[in-house]
Amino acid sequence: MASVSLLAEGGRGGRLRRPTATTGFWSWITTVDHKRIGILYGFTAFLFFLIGGIEALLIRLQLARPDGTVLSAEAYNEFFTMHGITMIFLVVMPLSAAFFNYLIPLQIGARDVAFPRLNAFTYWAFLAGGLFIYSSFFLGGAPNAGWFGYAPLSTVEPGNNMLFYALGLLMTGIASTASAVNLSVTIINMRAPGMTMFRMPVFIWMGLVVQLLLVFALPIITVGLFQMLFDRRFGTHFFDPAAGGDPVLWQHMFWLFGHPEVYILVLPAMGIVSEVLPVFARKPLFGYQFVVFSGIAIGFIGFGVWAHHMFAVGLGPVANTAFAVSTMIIAVPTGVKIFNWLGTLWKGDIRFTTPMLFAIGFIAQFVVGGLSGVTHAVVPADYQQTDTYYIVAHFHYVLVGGAIFGLFSGIYYWWPKMFGRMLDERLGKIQFWSMAIGFNLTFGPMHILGLQGMPRRIQSYPASLGLDFWNLVATAGAFVIAASVLLFMVIAVRSFRRPKDAAADPWDARTLEWMTSSPPPAHNFDEIPIVRSLDELWHRKYAETETGVVVSVPAGGSGTGEGHGGGEGVGHGIHLPGPSYYPFVASVGLPLIGYGVIFQWWMAVVGVVVLLAGLYGWAMEPSAE
Amino acid sequence: MRKLSRLVPGGIALALVAAACAPNASQDSLRPAGPYAEKIDNLFKPVFWIATLVFFVVEGLLLYLVVRYRHRNGRQGIPPQVHGNQRLEIAWTILPALILVGVAVPTVSTIYDLAAQPTGRVLNVSVIGHQWWWEFDYPDLNVNTANELVIPVGQPVYLSLCAAGAGYDKQPAPNDCQDVSEIIGDSVIHSFWVPRLGGKQDVVPGRINHLLIQADRAGVYPGQCAEFCGLSHAYMRFSVVAQPRDEFDAWVGGQQADAATPPGGSLAATGLNEFLNGQCIACHAIQGTDAAAIGGPNLTHLMSRTCFRGCTMPISAANLKRWLRNPQAVEAGSWMRLNPPLTEGQIKSLVAYLMTLT
Repeated sequence: MASVSLLAEGGRGGRLRRPTATTGFWSWITTVDHKRIGILYGFTAFLFFLIGGIEALLIRLQLARPDGTVLSAEAYNEFFTMHGITMIFLVVMPLSAAFFNYLIPLQIGARDVAFPRLNAFTYWAFLAGGLFIYSSFFLGGAPNAGWFGYAPLSTVEPGNNMLFYALGLLMTGIASTASAVNLSVTIINMRAPGMTMFRMPVFIWMGLVVQLLLVFALPIITVGLFQMLFDRRFGTHFFDPAAGGDPVLWQHMFWLFGHPEVYILVLPAMGIVSEVLPVFARKPLFGYQFVVFSGIAIGFIGFGVWAHHMFAVGLGPVANTAFAVSTMIIAVPTGVKIFNWLGTLWKGDIRFTTPMLFAIGFIAQFVVGGLSGVTHAVVPADYQQTDTYYIVAHFHYVLVGGAIFGLFSGIYYWWPKMFGRMLDERLGKIQFWSMAIGFNLTFGPMHILGLQGMPRRIQSYPASLGLDFWNLVATAGAFVIAASVLLFMVIAVRSFRRPKDAAADPWDARTLEWMTSSPPPAHNFDEIPIVRSLDELWHRKYAETETGVVVSVPAGGSGTGEGHGGGEGVGHGIHLPGPSYYPFVASVGLPLIGYGVIFQWWMAVVGVVVLLAGLYGWAMEPSAE
Repeated sequence: MRKLSRLVPGGIALALVAAACAPNASQDSLRPAGPYAEKIDNLFKPVFWIATLVFFVVEGLLLYLVVRYRHRNGRQGIPPQVHGNQRLEIAWTILPALILVGVAVPTVSTIYDLAAQPTGRVLNVSVIGHQWWWEFDYPDLNVNTANELVIPVGQPVYLSLCAAGAGYDKQPAPNDCQDVSEIIGDSVIHSFWVPRLGGKQDVVPGRINHLLIQADRAGVYPGQCAEFCGLSHAYMRFSVVAQPRDEFDAWVGGQQADAATPPGGSLAATGLNEFLNGQCIACHAIQGTDAAAIGGPNLTHLMSRTCFRGCTMPISAANLKRWLRNPQAVEAGSWMRLNPPLTEGQIKSLVAYLMTLT
C-alpha cells in the first residue's frame, strides 16, 4: 500500500486517482457495486432479448407460409444464427449473471463480491463482446453458420462472418470465466458468520454449481474457438479432413461445452423457482438437501452426456449406447427437483402472485421439455428427431418455458428489492397468461412439425410437405409472446412513474436480502447478520411451537424492522471498494484486438496497448479513501 | 383461468396425437413405409405413450396441488413447516430410474439392431452430398444419377455416405465412397434423411457412414438434407423412388445405356456441340460423349428424372432455361458459375439437347 500511496501523492498521481461520482453517467461507467453491475447486466440482457426476439419474429414471418419470401437465404441464415447466439450468450447467460451479481452478496450477507473491479470488467467485456458480434451486421455480414458453428462449414464459408462469431464468443467467454471465478470465490469465502454451506439458499447453491460448470466448460469452447480462428485466419487444419483434421473434433469440443451450457442456462432459473415457491406457498422448500444434491449431480453428469447431440454423426453403437444411458441417468436428478417443487406446494397456503405464476408455469412447461428430452435419449427415435423442429420445440420448452419463465419469475420477485417499487400485479398476471398462451402456441406445434418431417434451419419449405397449418399457428403464437414482452416493458416503465412503495420485506420472504431496505444501501447491511439457520429471515420472524404451530415472533424480538439498513447517515464507517475507470478501459481493448485480427493488425496492437494500460492502471491505482 | 393454464399443455398433447395422423405430410416420420423406419416407430410409440402418461400424472398433480392448496380468503396463520420426507424422496428418485431402465433396454437393442450389417441380397448405393444436391452412385450396377434415388421395393439398400466439395471435379470418378476420401475439397457436413424409410445419418467429410433403408411399397418418398450446410440448405432435397423389381431392372438397363446422339443439323445437335465446346463440360458428364467431369450432376439420362436443383424444381424446358440464364438467381450461392453468361441462343440449343437425354 505504501508504494501505491506514494504514486498517488507523486507528480503522476493525478492520473491514477480513483473516480468519486456516485450519481450520473460516470458513476455507472466506473461503478464496482455488485448491485449496479447486476442492474447493468439485466438491462443490457433485456435489450439483447428484444433484438433476439425481433430476429425470432422475422424467422417466424418467413416460415409462416410455404415458400416464404420475407428473407433471403443469406439473411435467414444470419438471423437464425444470431437469434441463437443472442438468446444464449447475450440474454439468458447475462440475465442469470444479473441475478447472481445482484443477489449473491445480499443472500449470503456480504457487502460485495470478492473482486469488485473484476466484476465490473466482466460486465464491460460481455458488453464489448456483444457489440462486437453485432457490429458484424455493418461490417460485411453477421455469423451465418449456426450458433453451433459446425466445421467445416464455419471454416470454409467465405467472408468474415464466422470470425466475428469466434472472436465475439471469446470475449464473452472471458467475461463469463472471470465472473464465474469471482462469484465462486465470493460464495465460498464471503458468507456471513454462521452461514454454513447447508444454510445457503438454494439459489446460491445453484449459483455455485453454475459458476463451477462455467469454470470447467468455458475453457473447452475457448480452445475450440481458437482452433476455428486459427483454421480461418492462419491456415491451420484442425477441422479440415483433406489435411488430416477432423470436423467431428469441433462437435466434441462444442458439445462438451454445449451440454453443460444447457445446465448453465437452466439451473439459475431452477434456483429462482426454488426461492419463489417456498415464499408464496409459505412453506420451506421440500427436501432442501435433495434439491441441492440433485443440482450438484446434474452439474457432474452434465459433463458426460454431450454426444447425445451427435447420435446421427456415426460414432457407432457403443458410443451411442453409452450416451443414451448417461442421458437417461441425468433425467433422474431433474425429475427429483420437479417432485420436490410439487412437495413444496403440498399443504401450502399458495398465493398466486405474478412471480408465483411464472414459477408454476416454469414447472408445467419444464416437464414437457424434460419428457421430450427423454425421447431424444432413445437413440433410434433421435435418428428421426435430431435436427428437426421437434428438437426446436424441446429446447424452447427448456429454455423459454423453463429458463425465461424462471427468470421472469425472478424479475417480478426481486424487482421491489432492486428498485424499491412493486410491479403492477394485475398487469403482471395478464403478462404471465399472454406469455404462457403465446409460448405454448408457438412451440407446442413444433413437436408436431418435427415429427412430420420439418428439419431445422431451413429458409423455406414446399407446400407439398403439408406443414402449413402448424407453421402458421406457431407464427401467430410468436406475436402473442411479442405482445406479452411489450406489456412487460409497460409494466416496468410504469413502476418508475410512482414513488417508491416497496417495503424491505414485501413478500414475507425467507432469505437475508429481504432484511435490508428496498433498494439496499451501497453497503448492503448496516450490520452483517449472524446466521443461525436455513431461511434465516423467516426464523427471525416466526417460531414453531412444540406441536408445529407457527407463531410470529413479536416485532423487536430478534427480528428485523423495515429500513433496518440504509437509513440516512448510517453506514459511513463501512469500507467499500472504490469505483474505477480501469475495468472499462481494459474492456475497450478487447474488440479492438478482435477487429485487428479480422482487418488490420495495427488495430490489434492498439487494442493490446489499451488493454495493458487498463490492467496497469487497475493494478496501480490507489485504494479508495 | 387457473384451470386453463393446465389445459393448455394438455390440449397440445391431444392436438399432437390428433395431428400425428395427418395424412398430407409427405415426410411424416410417424408413417413408416419400410422395416427400418418401422423399428424406430415401434420404439418411439411406446416411449411416447409412457411420456404422455407421466405428463398427465405430473401435470395433474400440479393442477391438484395449486387448486387444493390455494390461499382462501380468511385463512389465518401459516401452514406447518414441512421440511421434507426422506422416504418419499427416495421413492421418487427410484421410480423414474426404473421407468428409464425399462426404456433403456429396448433402446439399446434397437441401436444394435439398426447398426447390424444386412444379410442376403442387398443393393449398395454410394450417397455423395454436394452443396446442394445429392449424387447417387450404384457401384455394382455402373449407374450414376442425381437427386432421385431409385430403389427396388422390398430389398434392403445399404447406403455408404460421404461428402464432396468444390474441388471434386479435379479428381477421378468415385465408384464408391472409398475414393471420395481423396477428394474432399471444401466439402461440408450434410445429413441424409428420408423419414418414412429410416432415420438420419450425417454425411461427414473425411468419413464414410452407412445407413440402411428399405421401402415395402412402391412410391415416391421425399427426403432432404437435415444438417445445415450453407446458403441453400433448404433446397437440398431428394426423392427416393421405390419401384417393383422388374421396373427397377428396366430402369437400370436404361441408365446403363449411352446417351443418344441427336441427328445432325438439328437444334439439339447444335446444343451438343455447345455442351462439348462450352463451359458445361467442365463439370458435367454425359456417357457416350467426351463429357466425363464429375463436379456437377451426371446428365446422361437427365430426362429420366423428374426434378433438379436438389429436387426442388420439376424438369421442364422452361425451368431449365430459367436455370441456365442465371443459376445464382435460382439458387443462392450455386456452384454452377457461368462466366460469361450463356446467350439466349446457346440456352435454346442446350435445352433442346438436354431434352433429348431420356
